[in-house]
Amino acid sequence: MFAPQFDYYRASSVAEAAALLEQHPDSKVLAGGHSLIPVLKLRLAAPSALIDIGRIDGIRGISEEAGRIVIGALTTHAEIAASATLQSGATALSEAAGMIGDPAVRNRGTIGGNVAHADPASDLPAVLRCLGAEFSIAGSSGTRTVDAADFFEGLMTTAVEEHEILTAISLPSGSSGQGSAYAKFSHPASRYAVIGAAASVTVADGVCSAASVALGGLVPAPVRAAAVEDALAGKALSAGAIADAARCVGDSLDDDEVLGDVYASAEYRSAVAHVWVGRALTAAAARCG
Amino acid sequence: MSASTFGSGIRRREDPRLITGSASYTDDITLPGTLHAALLRSPYAHARINGIDTSQAAAAQGVVAVYTSADTEGEIAPSPCAWLLPDSGLTIADYHCVAKDTVRYVGDIVAVVVAETRHEAYDALDLIEVDYEPLDAVVEPKKAAADGAPQLHGEIAGNQAFHWTVTGGGDIDEAFSEADVVVKETIIQQRLIPNAMEPRATLASYTAATGELTVWNTTQNPHILRFLSSLVIGVPEDRLRVIAPEVGGGFGSKIAAYPADFITMFCSKKLGAPVKWVESRSENYQATTHGRDHVQEIELAATADGKIKGLRATVWAGMGAYLSTAAPGIPTILHGLMLSGVYDIPAIHEDVYGLYTNTTPVEAYRGAGRPEATFMVERLVDLLAAKLGLDPAEVRRRNFIPKFDNGHDVVTGLTYDSGNYDGALSKLLAESDYQQLRAEQAEARKSGRYIGLGLSTYVEICGLGPSQVAGAIGFQGGLWESAIVRFHPSGKVHVMIGASPHGQGEETTFAQIIAGELGVSPDDVKVIHGDTDNTPMGWGTYGSRTTAVGGAALALAARKIRDKAKVIAAHLLEAAVEDMDYDDGKFFVKGSPDSSKTIQDIALMANVAWNMPEGVEAGLEATTFYDPPNFVFPYGAHLAVVEVDAESGNVELKRYVAVDDCGPQINPVIVEGQVHGGIVQGIGQALWEEGVYDDDGQLLTGTMLDYALPRADRLPDIEVHSTVTPSPHHPLGVKGIGEAGTIASTAAVYNAVIDALAPLGVEAVNMPLTPERVWRSIQAAQGRN
Ligand SMILES: Cc1cc2nc3c(=O)[nH]c(=O)nc-3n(C[C@H](O)[C@H](O)[C@H](O)COP(=O)(O)OP(=O)(O)OC[C@H]3O[C@@H](n4cnc5c(N)ncnc54)[C@H](O)[C@@H]3O)c2cc1C
Repeated sequence: MFAPQFDYYRASSVAEAAALLEQHPDSKVLAGGHSLIPVLKLRLAAPSALIDIGRIDGIRGISEEAGRIVIGALTTHAEIAASATLQSGATALSEAAGMIGDPAVRNRGTIGGNVAHADPASDLPAVLRCLGAEFSIAGSSGTRTVDAADFFEGLMTTAVEEHEILTAISLPSGSSGQGSAYAKFSHPASRYAVIGAAASVTVADGVCSAASVALGGLVPAPVRAAAVEDALAGKALSAGAIADAARCVGDSLDDDEVLGDVYASAEYRSAVAHVWVGRALTAAAARCG
Repeated sequence: MSASTFGSGIRRREDPRLITGSASYTDDITLPGTLHAALLRSPYAHARINGIDTSQAAAAQGVVAVYTSADTEGEIAPSPCAWLLPDSGLTIADYHCVAKDTVRYVGDIVAVVVAETRHEAYDALDLIEVDYEPLDAVVEPKKAAADGAPQLHGEIAGNQAFHWTVTGGGDIDEAFSEADVVVKETIIQQRLIPNAMEPRATLASYTAATGELTVWNTTQNPHILRFLSSLVIGVPEDRLRVIAPEVGGGFGSKIAAYPADFITMFCSKKLGAPVKWVESRSENYQATTHGRDHVQEIELAATADGKIKGLRATVWAGMGAYLSTAAPGIPTILHGLMLSGVYDIPAIHEDVYGLYTNTTPVEAYRGAGRPEATFMVERLVDLLAAKLGLDPAEVRRRNFIPKFDNGHDVVTGLTYDSGNYDGALSKLLAESDYQQLRAEQAEARKSGRYIGLGLSTYVEICGLGPSQVAGAIGFQGGLWESAIVRFHPSGKVHVMIGASPHGQGEETTFAQIIAGELGVSPDDVKVIHGDTDNTPMGWGTYGSRTTAVGGAALALAARKIRDKAKVIAAHLLEAAVEDMDYDDGKFFVKGSPDSSKTIQDIALMANVAWNMPEGVEAGLEATTFYDPPNFVFPYGAHLAVVEVDAESGNVELKRYVAVDDCGPQINPVIVEGQVHGGIVQGIGQALWEEGVYDDDGQLLTGTMLDYALPRADRLPDIEVHSTVTPSPHHPLGVKGIGEAGTIASTAAVYNAVIDALAPLGVEAVNMPLTPERVWRSIQAAQGRN
């Protein structure tokens, strides 16, 4: 199909983009276009104008600052997957980015667009929740920082307000003894996550000293699996311990919230989520250097 | 070169233009002043139309015309069904190209907008207001047959389009009452949605001054489309020219003549300007024909030592809201007559009920009826093996039709041409190291891993078919093919054929046939097809018939040329025709090959005609109309190896080995490509694909995000082998290979998954075998749910 008519503006700075958003009611930010353009073509939205932020300098790329890794909002999935910094410091993120869609999607789609769109079936929200990311959001009145627990508010809603722009996402640099991984049950057609499990574990003196597990795909917004994390605390990460802990994932899922569709029902997703949690934990544990 | 190129895997000459983007598809063609049509389609599966207001749309920017059924009534005849299945009580509901007062599936056309640009046409669709009164819908064929089901066509009782039966051999009831063992199953052959890379499109250009209409269309059969269009649109056949330019795949979905095509022609005629319509991918899902959609109740009777005594089945086939062009023949003739498969079955009975449902019309889809038949037979044979505790290979062997090379009758009334089914299976078991795989499977089971092996031994009917049979089975056309072979003075060759390849590679293989017959280089042969104004009449490309029928016409035309060339050569060499010999493009007096005339020498002489034998016409050209004496029956044996993750239900296809026999192979690389593609489409049905409607008739899998097509990274390398059994009645001995893979592979993969799950007590799972379905079946078998 064809998109409805809209006006097009190209911003050359974050400030200009913010100003354009305020000037044009019902306008939308355009980044890689890999979520927004399909929405327009299906005529599910009809914004008056698109504000293209794709060529703004300074909000793309990966750098390290004061113990944190900072990723510009315009960084593509392909760049994230290929980044040596992320491969070692936030393995689950580069791994998840490499599993998104197909090469065309990874070469155009951006991390900022992915999380701002906040599709429940996206991969990156669960990983960012797991790794304790912080989100920098700019508006005409300045920039604020929101952490992952508050950023993802619900089904396709985030803390980014109508006239704001997400500029960067930062993560703590990996520490010694820590490893992370992402395991994905991908939909055979869309490749989006039916279930996505992100895990980060730290091993000290042979036992788990810290664990963070988050799920996506089967819930409206990513959730932490506290029950799994608690079950791992102080344990040696044996196959049996991991499997037992993974089976606690149901305690962190609210039955009324779990999503289902024609491909995979909510009941099924809840029942098998532990398989992917177990896989993510197993891979993460193997990476604890 | 030359003769030796028949049978060699030369590269497809089609590919350079296809992979460099220089090929020209219907949408690439634009004439000066082309207008663009967009179709308003029903969002309801079943509704009465109480009114349509087009005034806003008509006034919108760029809009040239808006038409509803009030405008098309009497100008466009209903879209025809052209397979009038005899002895079946066939009732054909009027398929109005623009719905009159009722819509019957999501996608039924309600109005058309013609505008100066495509965007303007689409924008104006949103401005048309339709007052719908929703009605109850029914989407499943068996439910449509039930008492109290919503009725689609008031005049047609019980939604029944037809009731067809096949009965053959001995008394079927006796076979079952006297059987030692009976196995049964209910199978749902889910609805599939074809996804050709190129969506459907039509460009129609009417010239009022001459009364001529030229139509570019994504059709598999331009001559049939011309014939039907002349009846529906009222432009005489001599003024109608249909061109199938490059066509990007069809798989059966481009056989039908569609309402959208007729509407586009109507618009051009009405407006006196070229009008183009190009389907969106969403429209492709909604309104291009679907495939399969059977509910099958099947049973098999056998002796205690595994000899089959009888096969009985009842099938409810969903036809969609209307009967598409060839639809009634698919779940009947192309299905029920195949129920003997590769086995000696003494008694067969099948009832097939064709039912109208509030869904997209169903048509041929790669394999068309035969995958559904093979699946039934191959399931039953595996069930029998399981019941008797025999290896599935062994049960097959006990029932195979023994090797034959010139005709074998089965009780459904067909005469198979040639086959060695045990030969194919033996080769498969050896190539795959079947015994070793069974040992590995047993070992894996000990450690809680679920590996499964699935066999499928198939025969198919293709090369449709003798025209006399076509008449007897109600097909409203012939099923012969034609070819013209024309030598130019320089010795280069044009071949014109009535069939219409659209991806299968006949531009290459047909040049190889000419090379083989006449000793020219295939590079010197151009194959022309797809334009009704410069090709001879032909019935099209479907049912794996282009090589099996059109290739025969071509070989015979080449042989006529050879005969004529021999007469001219004899004259030039001052010898008697009887004394002439021919070898690889050269004519010479027997025993004197050094003094010869080449086919190119003869072509020059025939074209200048300075020195021709008396009574011989100038020119070197021949035309053949080939009506085959029988169908051809390719066959084979396939094996799938899967591993099921019992925790999640995920199925991994680990290995796929195929042995196919399509007779002598003109080009083994092209055969391999057809086998690969066919197998993958069949695997798609087993594991991923399903067109799902909800109870209200809304299509839930209407985009590529929801409808799971096979992807390369989920497939193993496919191991392709072959045996060669020529057809006794084909001039080249060849059989078809376009559909074989699809016909075999669904059952192979399904059987493998059930084999894997056997230790868990699972006996059946509905397709596609999604992780959830497999997981649920395990839960149920283990009593956990
Ligand atoms: C075929 C296909 C397969 C896919 N498969 C997957 C998959 O497997 N996993 C997965 O996670 N995703 C998948 N995606 C989605 C993909 O990751 C998208 O690229 C991503 O979701 C959007 O990023 P974008 O840069 O293209 O954003 P756009 O489409 O440009 O924008 C998306 C939304 O975010 C807003 N937006 C964008 N950038 C900003 C910003 N900096 N600040 C504020 N708002 C912003 C836009 O206004 C819009 O509402 C798939 C997409 C396609 C087309």
